[in-house]
Formats: sequence, structure tokens, C-alpha cells
Amino acid sequence: MKNIIQHINKAFDHRVRLGIMSILMVNDFADFNMLKELLGATDGNIASHTKALEKEAYISIEKSFINRKPNTRYIVTASGREAFTKHIEALEKLINPNE
Amino acid sequence: MDNKNYLKDINDIKTMMSRSSRFMSLSGLSGVLAGIYALIAALYAHFRLSDIPDYADKPAIVATFGDFVSAYRLVNDLVLTACITLTVSILTGAILTMRKAKKQNEKIWNPVSKRLLVNFGLPLITGGIFCIVLIQYHIIGLVAPAMLIFYGLSLLNASKFTIGDIKYLGLANVIIGLVATQFVGYGLYFWALGFGVFHIIYGTILYNKYDRPSPGPSQKEGNIN
Repeated sequence: MKNIIQHINKAFDHRVRLGIMSILMVNDFADFNMLKELLGATDGNIASHTKALEKEAYISIEKSFINRKPNTRYIVTASGREAFTKHIEALEKLINPNE
Repeated sequence: MDNKNYLKDINDIKTMMSRSSRFMSLSGLSGVLAGIYALIAALYAHFRLSDIPDYADKPAIVATFGDFVSAYRLVNDLVLTACITLTVSILTGAILTMRKAKKQNEKIWNPVSKRLLVNFGLPLITGGIFCIVLIQYHIIGLVAPAMLIFYGLSLLNASKFTIGDIKYLGLANVIIGLVATQFVGYGLYFWALGFGVFHIIYGTILYNKYDRPSPGPSQKEGNIN
């Protein structure tokens, strides 16, 4: 049991971070507004959680301008993909220890 | 620790993954209605077509000016019927889908629905233009098969961005479209089968799987929200 708990990643231990990672896993990228709408979170909330995930190098941030408006895109990194997959596997094992 | 939280985490992950990549509010009921409209249109076309005199029995010289006029009118009327059917079907689909999206708290106009529309629309518009070209060259016999094939391909393409089940409807339409190419002259029957009967069958399946208000055994896996 202790072994499994080790794989539960503290970096994903929040609803918004879990949501951000889930969205980025199945999309090539997502921009700030898309994350905000899908997760129903505030600007500050999204900003702080993406920053935390970037610090862990789980996501990368691309800033550009679309029609002179700043646009921020988030992309999951290879290590982020690996870490999140492990996290999901650990969660599944905790729910179904027999499998 | 608390098992419930982990289960909720997994459910949240699943919901977010499908919500952010697939537009799930597609209405099954609109499929059934579109099928019914198609059958009515096909029935109308069938009666109009059986009304025309059999040209094969007459030598070409006997065909009068009136025959040409009525043939021209017939093609015109059938194209108009097809356009009306398409418009009413799209309107019904749009209204019912908007209603369902509202119920499921999904925004009707989001990056996912845009992607769905582009991926569905591009092959469909290509097919539409191709059908107009077929009419231009009087290759009428291949119009119905071409409609079925391109519609099927559009559905296959769109299935990655919405309820995955529509890929089977797409595949079925492509197959009967290809079969129909070998039975030129019976296009209307294949058209009625593909756009009418298949829509009603798949619409009913989707409705039972995703729309049904009362929770059935399939509800658990079907309805993610």
C-alpha cells in the first residue's frame, strides 16, 4: 500500500491542476480562456496552478499575439505526460487493489 | 485514506478529457427526426418520378417540348426538395442540440464544437460541390451514391470529436453508397435507406444511450455528466 501512495503525485493534488492536466493530455494545446471556461475557475486560480505545473516542468507555456492581443498556450511536456499517467495508474490501483 | 476522493478524481479526469476534446451534446432525437424528414422527401420524390411517362417506349422524336419542360421541372423540384430537407434537418439538429447543451451545461460554441463543425463540414461541402458537378454533366445516376459516400466520410471524420458511435453510421453510409454505384437507377431507394432508415435506427440508439432521462443500466457509462 505504501508503494502505491508514493506514486500519488502531490503536484496533481488539486481539482484545478487535475483538470488542467486532463485537458492537456487529450489536446495539442489549450489556451488560457479554454482552461478557464472548462474548469470554471478564476483568472488568478488558473494562473497560479499553471505556474506551479510549469515549475515542475510538467507543462510548457507559449506566449504569442493573436490580433495584437496576448495569447497564452499551454502544452503538456513529455515528463508531464509520464507523471500524469503514473498518477492515474496509482489512483486506479487504490480504487481497485485487486486488479 | 478516503477511497471516495480517488474515485472522484478519476471521474473528474474522465469528464475533463471527454469534455475538452469531444462535443457530447449531440441530440439523438434530431437524428430520428432527420431520418423521418428524409423518408418523407424520398416518398415525395418517388411519386414524382413514377408520374413521368416512360421515355424508353417512345422513339426520341416523339418526345415533345412539353416532355422536356416537365423533365426540367422535375429535376428542379427534386433539387429544391433536397435543399428543404437539408435545411429543416439542420435546423432541427441545431435547436435540439442547443437545448441539450444547455441542459448539460456545455457551451454550444466552444473550441470543441468548432473543431467538430470544421471536420464534419469540409468533406460534406466537398461532396455537395461534387454532386452539383455530377448534375452539371448529367451524371444523375451517381448523385445519390455520391451523397451517401461523402456524408458517410464526413461522419467518420467527425466521430473523433463527438459521440464516437456515429462512426458506425458513417461506415454504414459509405458502404451502401458504394453498393448503390452498382445499381444506378435505384439511387432513391439507397438514399432512403441511408438517410432515412439508418438515421432513425442510430438516432434511437443514441437517444436510448445518452438522452433518456430515466437512469437505465447503460446510463452509468453513457452519461458522463
